[in-house]
Amino acid sequence: MPEPATPTPPPWAAGGVGHTPAPAARPDAAHEHAAPPAADTGPRSSATGAGPRNAAAHSGPRSGADAPHRPQPPGEPAAAPRTGAELPQEPRPPIGPPSPPASAAPTLDGEAAYRTRTSAAVPANAVTARPDGTVGQSPIRPDAEAKVNGTFDYASDLAFDGMLWGHTLRSPHPRALIRSIDTGPALALPGVAAVLTAADVPGKLHYGLIEADQPVLAPGEVNYQGEPVAIVAAETLDLARRAAERIAVDYEPLEPQCDPSEAVEAGAYFRYQPVRVGDPDTAEAAVVVTREYEVGMQDQAPLGPESGVAVPTGGGLVLHVATQWLHSDLEQIAPCLGLEPERIHLEMAGIGGAFGAREDLSVQIHMAMLALRTGRPVKMMYDRAESFLGHVHRHPARMRYEHGADADGHLVYVKAHIVLDGGAYASTTEAVVGNAASLAVGPYRVEHASIDAWGARTNNPPCGAMRGFGAVQTCFAYESQMDALADALDLDPLEIRRRNAIARGDQLITGQVIDAYEPDPAAPADPDRARPFSPLADLLDRFTDLPVPPVPADRDIVELPGGTGNTTHGEGVRRGVGYGVGLKNICYSEGFDDYSTARVRLELGGPEHDGEPVAYIHTAAAEVGQGHWNLQTQIARTELGVRHVVLLPNDTKIGSAGSSSASRQSYMTGGAVKAACEAVRDLWQDRDLADGPIEATRVFRHRATKPMDPVTGQGDSHVQLALCVHRATVDVDVELGLVKVVDLTCVQDVGKILNPVALEGQIHGGTAQGLGLAVMEEIVTDGGRVKNASFTDYLIPTILDMPPMRLRIVENADPEAPYGLRGAGEPPTLSSTPAIVAAIRDATGLPLTRVPVRPEHLTVRRPS
Amino acid sequence: MTAAAPARFDFHRPAAVAEAVRLLAEHPEAVPVAGGTDLMVAVNYRLTRPEAMLDLTGLDELRDWTDEGDTVRIGSGVPYARITAELAAVLPGLAAAARTVGSPQIRSRGTIGGNLATASPAGDAHPPLLATGASVEIASTEGVRHVPIGEFYLGPKRSALRPGELITAVTVPKAAGPQQFLKVGTRNAMVIAVCSFALALDPETRRLGTGIGSAGPVPLTAPDAEAVELPWSDPGRFDDALADEFGRRVAAAARPIDDVRGTADYRRHALAVCAARALRRVWTAAHERNPR
Repeated sequence: MPEPATPTPPPWAAGGVGHTPAPAARPDAAHEHAAPPAADTGPRSSATGAGPRNAAAHSGPRSGADAPHRPQPPGEPAAAPRTGAELPQEPRPPIGPPSPPASAAPTLDGEAAYRTRTSAAVPANAVTARPDGTVGQSPIRPDAEAKVNGTFDYASDLAFDGMLWGHTLRSPHPRALIRSIDTGPALALPGVAAVLTAADVPGKLHYGLIEADQPVLAPGEVNYQGEPVAIVAAETLDLARRAAERIAVDYEPLEPQCDPSEAVEAGAYFRYQPVRVGDPDTAEAAVVVTREYEVGMQDQAPLGPESGVAVPTGGGLVLHVATQWLHSDLEQIAPCLGLEPERIHLEMAGIGGAFGAREDLSVQIHMAMLALRTGRPVKMMYDRAESFLGHVHRHPARMRYEHGADADGHLVYVKAHIVLDGGAYASTTEAVVGNAASLAVGPYRVEHASIDAWGARTNNPPCGAMRGFGAVQTCFAYESQMDALADALDLDPLEIRRRNAIARGDQLITGQVIDAYEPDPAAPADPDRARPFSPLADLLDRFTDLPVPPVPADRDIVELPGGTGNTTHGEGVRRGVGYGVGLKNICYSEGFDDYSTARVRLELGGPEHDGEPVAYIHTAAAEVGQGHWNLQTQIARTELGVRHVVLLPNDTKIGSAGSSSASRQSYMTGGAVKAACEAVRDLWQDRDLADGPIEATRVFRHRATKPMDPVTGQGDSHVQLALCVHRATVDVDVELGLVKVVDLTCVQDVGKILNPVALEGQIHGGTAQGLGLAVMEEIVTDGGRVKNASFTDYLIPTILDMPPMRLRIVENADPEAPYGLRGAGEPPTLSSTPAIVAAIRDATGLPLTRVPVRPEHLTVRRPS
Repeated sequence: MTAAAPARFDFHRPAAVAEAVRLLAEHPEAVPVAGGTDLMVAVNYRLTRPEAMLDLTGLDELRDWTDEGDTVRIGSGVPYARITAELAAVLPGLAAAARTVGSPQIRSRGTIGGNLATASPAGDAHPPLLATGASVEIASTEGVRHVPIGEFYLGPKRSALRPGELITAVTVPKAAGPQQFLKVGTRNAMVIAVCSFALALDPETRRLGTGIGSAGPVPLTAPDAEAVELPWSDPGRFDDALADEFGRRVAAAARPIDDVRGTADYRRHALAVCAARALRRVWTAAHERNPR
C-alpha cells in the first residue's frame, strides 16, 4: 500500500535489488528463450522421457509423443498434428540433465545465459495445484487442504537444527532517554548466546518503508511504548525472555506528545496535503452540515503472529519471513546489516493473515543480526501481546467536515480538516495522507473543495498500512455527512447519493477524470440514455430488488443483541437500516513505479502429469490468504490451455512482485503472469515442447500516475477506482447500547469475477473488518500506552457478530486492467463501517460521530 | 507452547484428593491446574511462573456432580459445558452463566472450581452462586470445610482459600423458582463481562437472591434490592416502576470502576436495566407457571 508522496520515486521504488531486472533498462523486460530442461531432481525426477512412453500413456490431441505439445487456447480448434514425416527421425534425448546454458536452444533476445540458470530443480516446497480451474471458476485452492488439516507450515512453525530463539526487549515508556544499557546480567545466564543493542547494528541504524526513520534498535531514546531496545538469542524462547528481563536499561522518562492535533500545531507531522478546487468560501449553499468525526485506532489482528527464521550461510543469510513484500523487506534489511543485497536471500514463510500489518519490518533485521552474530539459525516469534506492540495500526483520525448543498441536495462545496495520527515513525503515513486527501469527498461530484490533511508525528504507537489505507477514515466522515445532508433535506439516503454520484467524464476533487468503465452489457440499460454512465448510480440502483429482511417472529437469544448474554428477549430492541458507499484507489498511486514480475516455464511433465505440459510459475507475490496462488494457476490454465500448474516458492530469486496490498495483486501479478503466459504461448506456436521447455519472464506495469500537486492536490494520482455499497440492517438494544448486525447486503463492482469463491471471501472478510471498526475494534491508549494488547480486550467480530451476507457482484469492466478486473479486497472494508453506523443512528436517533460505537455512547455517555 | 514454559518446574499428578492435599501441604508453592484456561494464559503472558503445578485432571472425585436432594454438589473439576448441558433444569441461573463463558473450547476445558479459585470479579459463575446461596467445599490435610459463597470472595482475585487448601466442590441449592442471568459484553459471544447480574426467585419463601459481576472488587449481592416489596397478593400490580426501583437498588449496590471494557457509569446503568429486566422475567415466569 505505500504510495510515496514525493514527486520523485524514492530509491526503493526504482526497480528492486541488484538481482531484479532493472525495469528502466528493460522497459518490457521480455526475456524469452528456450530454457534448458530442468534438472532431473525433485518432484519431477521420474520424468525421464517424453517420447514413446508418453505416447503409450495417452491418446487425444494434446498428449502423447505423436502430437506436438502446442498451445490450444480454449475454444480454438487444435492445431493439425504434424505428419509422421515431420517428426524427428532420431530418438529424442530424454528430458534429463540440463544442457549447459551456452548450448541452449537459440535465444530470442540474447539473454539466455542470464536467464537459463533459473531453470533448475523444482524445490520440495513448490506447490502443485489440482489440475483444473480457469479464470472465472473456483477451483479448490492449492493451499486449502494443508490449511484445513493443520499441516500448512506457517512462519511460526519453522524449525532448523541448532536453532536459537530470539527475543526483543521493548521500551515500557512512550518517550524516554536511554542513559545506559547493561547487558551483562543477561549475558551471564547460561544458554544466552548474544545480547545486542543499537551499538551492534552492523550497518545503517534506521529503516522504513518510505522514509528510513525507524531505528533498528533504540539509539539513545525511545519514542513509543514497545520500541525495540535490545535483542537476545538463547537456547530456548523462555530463556531468551528471561534474559531480556535482566537487561538493565536506565531510562529517563520524558513527557510524551500524545495529542495529534497539538503535534500538527507544533509542526510535528510527516505530511501535509491540501486539495484545492473551485472556491468553496464564496459558493452558495442552501443547507450546510458541519460535524466533527473521530475514528479509533484499529488493528489488523492477523491470527499468525510475527515470526521468522534467519539462517546464516557462508557470508550471507537466508531469511524465512512472512511478509507482504519480499523485495521491499530486502531493500530495508540489507543496508542495516551492512550486507550487499545479493548476499541475502528471502524465502516466503507461511503467512497467517496480513491486512497491512506485514508491510513494515518486524523480526527481520533483529533475527538476522542475531544469526550473523552467533553463526546459528535464529528464530523469532512474537506472542500476542508483543504482536500488538510490534506492528503498525490503522491511523486514528479526527476530522472536521463541512458540506454545503443546494436545496435539491446537490453538493455545492466540501471543506475538510483531517488529522491522522501517524505515531512515532513514518511507516506509510505519507501515502495514507495522500489517500485521505484525494478521496476525502468520496465518489461524489463537487465543484468546490478545500481539504487539508495531515499525518501527525506523536509518541503514540506507529500507524501505517491497514486494509483501506487512509480511505477508511474519510469514508466514515463523508458518508456520515451525506446522511446528515439527507436528514436536513428530508431525502432518502440512496437518493442523495444518486443525485451526487460521479459519472464517466466527471472529475474527482484532484481533477482526475472518471474513466476506465465499460458498463456490463448484461445489465439493464439506463432509461436516461443521455446521462453519462455513472458507476455509482449503477450500484445504488441494484438495491431496488434487494429488500430489507423482515424481522423474524420467534428468535433465539443468539439472534438478538447481546447474544448468549441473555440481555434481551426483545426488550428495548429497535431496528435500523443504513447505507454506506466507499471509493478506493487500487494499486499504488502518486507516481509510484508499481510493477510485478512473473516467470512462466512450460515443459512436458512426467507420468505424474500424464505426460502433459506443466506450467511452472515463479513470482515473489505474497499469498496472504486472499487466494492469489490459486488465481495464478487459473490464469496459466486459461492462457496456456494446460491443466497442470506448479507454483515455485515465492522468493527473491525472481524480480519484485510488489506488495500484496492496495487490492493490487490480481491486477499486477495477475497481469504479469498473464503476460508471461501469453509470451510462452506465442513461442509455443513455433516450437515443440518435446524439444525443451519454453520460458518467459514479464514485468507488468499499470498505467502511469502522477504525484499530487503539493499546493493544490491536483493530479491524476490514482490508477483505478473501485466502488462498494453496503446496506446494513441492525437491531439495537437501545437501553443497553448493544448492537446486533442482522444483515449486510453488499453491491460491489469488481470489473470481472476471476474466482467467485475467493471474491466472496474477500467481500465477507473486508465487510467483517469494517463491522469490527464500527462496533468493537479499537486499540485503546492512555498517555501513549496500549491498554488492551490481547484478544481478551481487543475484540474482533465472531461468527455471531457477523451476519450472513447477500452479495450482488457487478462487472463493469476496466479496459485498462487484465481481464477487465477491478481490485476487490479493500472496498468492502470502507463502506461497511458507515453503513452500520448509519443503521445504528436510524435505530437510536443519535448523531454518532465516533467509531467504534460503544455501548456507553448509546446510553450514558454520548460523545456527540 | 513448550518453548514458553519455564525452564524447569515440578509437575505433580495425584490420583486422589487425599494425595492432592498432602502434596499441597508438602509443596505449598504448587499451583493447582485443571482446565488451565486461566493459569496457562497467565503463564503465556508471563504474569506468573509457577515453580510447581498440581494437575487435578487425574482426580475422578472432582469430575462429576451429584444430586443431593435439595442441592446439587458439583465437583470442582466439572467443566462449564457439562453444567450447561446437564444442569439447566435444576440450576438454570448457573447453566445460563456457564453458557456465556468464552468459546466452546474454553467451556469444555474450564471448570467451575477454576472460576472460584481465580476469584476474578468478572468470573461468570459467581453471580448465580451468590444469588442461590451456594457453599464452597474446601479440603486440606486438616479435613473439609464449607465456606458460604458470600464469605468466599475477599478482594480482586483473592478468596478465602488458604495455602494448602483445594476446592473440591460447590454445593448449589436447586432452583425453587425462576432464575435469570444476564451478561453485558461488547461482543455478542466470547466476551469478558462488562457487567453481569443473576437473580433467583423463590415463590414459596417469597425471597429474591441477587448476584452482581464485574462491577466491584469482588462479586457482590444487592441486599437492598432483595428487600424490595413485591405484590405477592396481587401479582398483576407488578409494574415497570417497581422493576425500575429494583434496578436502581441493584445499581446502587455496585462499586464499579472505569476500565478498558467499560465505564463505571455505564456499568451502573446497564446493571439497572438488566436487573429490571431480570425481575420482570422471573415475576412473569413465576406467575405463568403458578397462576393464582
